Amino acid sequence: MSTASVPLPNWINYGLIPLLNLVVAFLISGFVVWLIGESPLAALSLLIEGAFGSGEGIGFTLYYATSFIFTGLSVAVAIHAGLFNIGSEGQAYIGGLGCALVALALDHYVPWYVTMPIAIVGAGIFGAAWAFIPAFLQAKRGSHIVITTIMFNYIAAALMVYLLVHVLIVPGKMAPETRTFLEGGQLPKLGWLMSIFGAKLGAAPFNVSFIIALLAAWFVWILIWRTKLGFEMRTLGVSSTAAAYAGIPYARIVIIAMLISGALAGMMALNPVMGSSARLQVEFVGGAGFVGIAVSLMGRNHPLGIIFSAILFGTLYQGGDWISFEMPNITREMILVIQGLVILFAGALEYMFRPAMVHIYQQLKRA
Amino acid sequence: MDYYDIFINVLSSTVRLSIPLIFTALAGLFSERAGIFDIGLEGKMLGSAFAAACVAYLTGSAWLGLGAGVVCSVALSLVHGFASITNRGNQIVSGVAINFFIAGITIVLGQAWFGQGGRTPQLAPEARFAPIILPGADAVHDIPIIGPLYASVISGNNILTYLAFLAVPFSWWVLYRTRFGLRLRAVGENPGAVDTAGISVSWLRYRAVMCAGILCGFSGTYLAIAQSAAFIKDMSAGKGYIALAALVFAKWKPVPVMFACLLFGFLDALANFMQGKQVPLVGEVPVQVFQALPYILTCILLAGFIGVAIPPKAGGVPYTKER
Repeated sequence: MSTASVPLPNWINYGLIPLLNLVVAFLISGFVVWLIGESPLAALSLLIEGAFGSGEGIGFTLYYATSFIFTGLSVAVAIHAGLFNIGSEGQAYIGGLGCALVALALDHYVPWYVTMPIAIVGAGIFGAAWAFIPAFLQAKRGSHIVITTIMFNYIAAALMVYLLVHVLIVPGKMAPETRTFLEGGQLPKLGWLMSIFGAKLGAAPFNVSFIIALLAAWFVWILIWRTKLGFEMRTLGVSSTAAAYAGIPYARIVIIAMLISGALAGMMALNPVMGSSARLQVEFVGGAGFVGIAVSLMGRNHPLGIIFSAILFGTLYQGGDWISFEMPNITREMILVIQGLVILFAGALEYMFRPAMVHIYQQLKRA
Repeated sequence: MDYYDIFINVLSSTVRLSIPLIFTALAGLFSERAGIFDIGLEGKMLGSAFAAACVAYLTGSAWLGLGAGVVCSVALSLVHGFASITNRGNQIVSGVAINFFIAGITIVLGQAWFGQGGRTPQLAPEARFAPIILPGADAVHDIPIIGPLYASVISGNNILTYLAFLAVPFSWWVLYRTRFGLRLRAVGENPGAVDTAGISVSWLRYRAVMCAGILCGFSGTYLAIAQSAAFIKDMSAGKGYIALAALVFAKWKPVPVMFACLLFGFLDALANFMQGKQVPLVGEVPVQVFQALPYILTCILLAGFIGVAIPPKAGGVPYTKER
């Protein structure tokens, strides 16, 4: 019998194997650090110190994690329906436009708690709209969603640069960005939440969208495991022929799943645009859409797993900044190396250790 | 400058900008025709550019640089093969991983070794592939129409440019006129049949991804030591994805791949040329329009409005023997 079909207990499948993948990815990253001539252990302790050593560090870690929860959920919802959405990056970028337009229109007139729900809807609708065309092409014309979403990332980038340079730019300014939102368009920071735990937030832009992200994770959990639509999506994800046989409408589910995925990606924009910089800037997404792929894979496409892995990647981002500050030899791009390795081992090579695990498990069970 | 000079100018930069696309798209062709999706083209291109620039700088030899570029790119292909063929992992995920890893490691190592913010030092002329002046280029220069075309577009390119244009018929010959090519295409359509015929699916696919690696090595090398004189961080700048678009646009066929790459190269050249210039009736066309055009065209093609692009049937699906 093939080892792939031997059932393993959940703690091995969802705990030990991902942990093992993560450890291997970190060992290789450590090797790279060693190759450069720095101590991997010193780098690791700097990473932890940078991410958790101060209230400000924790604030930054959670700020990054907030963005990654949104994009991770976005990727996961699509994966449950058997769709690989590489376009979260572009959808988040366009979502930022929706969010900024709402903030620019309302910030003179109403307080933030009125602006925020409308901005969430705006960001969601813009993100979903950007996901709609690839979804439609996949559902109705059979064009591969991976290819079309990649194309749409680049189209989004070109469109946004055009809008920021030619349309939304503040007259007389050089920087391609919108004007700064007034207080009515800014999300308040969560300093009070941090002070409950006795930590000071400092300059970290940790803000209300973290709570929205947690709510979104809860919503995704309900959607995927507690609704008919979620069941249909998962059926489609396991086997599209079985789904068709069961009378599940392929085109409809594909489009709905991608709309939800795009909306979640779009909502990520709340965090950097309204929560941090209070304006729309070029390339504000900064690769968070792609990090979402790693976050979702690492979290096994489960909202709870995604929250934990988003915090892990937040740690890497904030701690990585700290390392590059303290060890000038190691640049910030070390994060990309670790990220690539995590994606490789947790995603593409996820079954590499499985046969060995099955072997050991069977030995133990016999003993 | 009269219109013909402008035309020659745009044409020669079209050729220059198309070369990396041609190599990379042909690389994707080999891989995808064998049923292995390759999103990692971008990463392989960037990685080989870095390796080529480092080795060319250290040894002073362009040919050793090319060798290093190819070795690096083939190594990455083998990682992709190990993940997606041997371990039956998700091919898209593996490609994404390679892109991330390379985007980071080239800058990290570049900074650690050379300390110039992720760049490699400027290369000496002999460490690069120099332009080759074809015989008679000076003599015919003054002949109208043909002269400038021969002197500025056909002559004066480096050896990799000529190799790229030779690689197109060669790829066609390999894919359509050799036993290896026939089997390679078969494994992308119906691996089960190839397996039944007693031919190893894995080994065939490994050879296909290695072909892709070699070709990507050429494109990265071209970027770093033929077009430029150093590795600059993120110098592939999405060209791997444009090549992927060209591959889809060309419906996975070698000769159309060349024309698609020339078209996308032309759009790029036009974008550079049109910057800040007025078009009659339209006014200034934003450069972003040209940048987005290859992607938009590919999506329109994929939507089936200009013919249908049918990918290899077994693409993206790991082969499981015991089914």
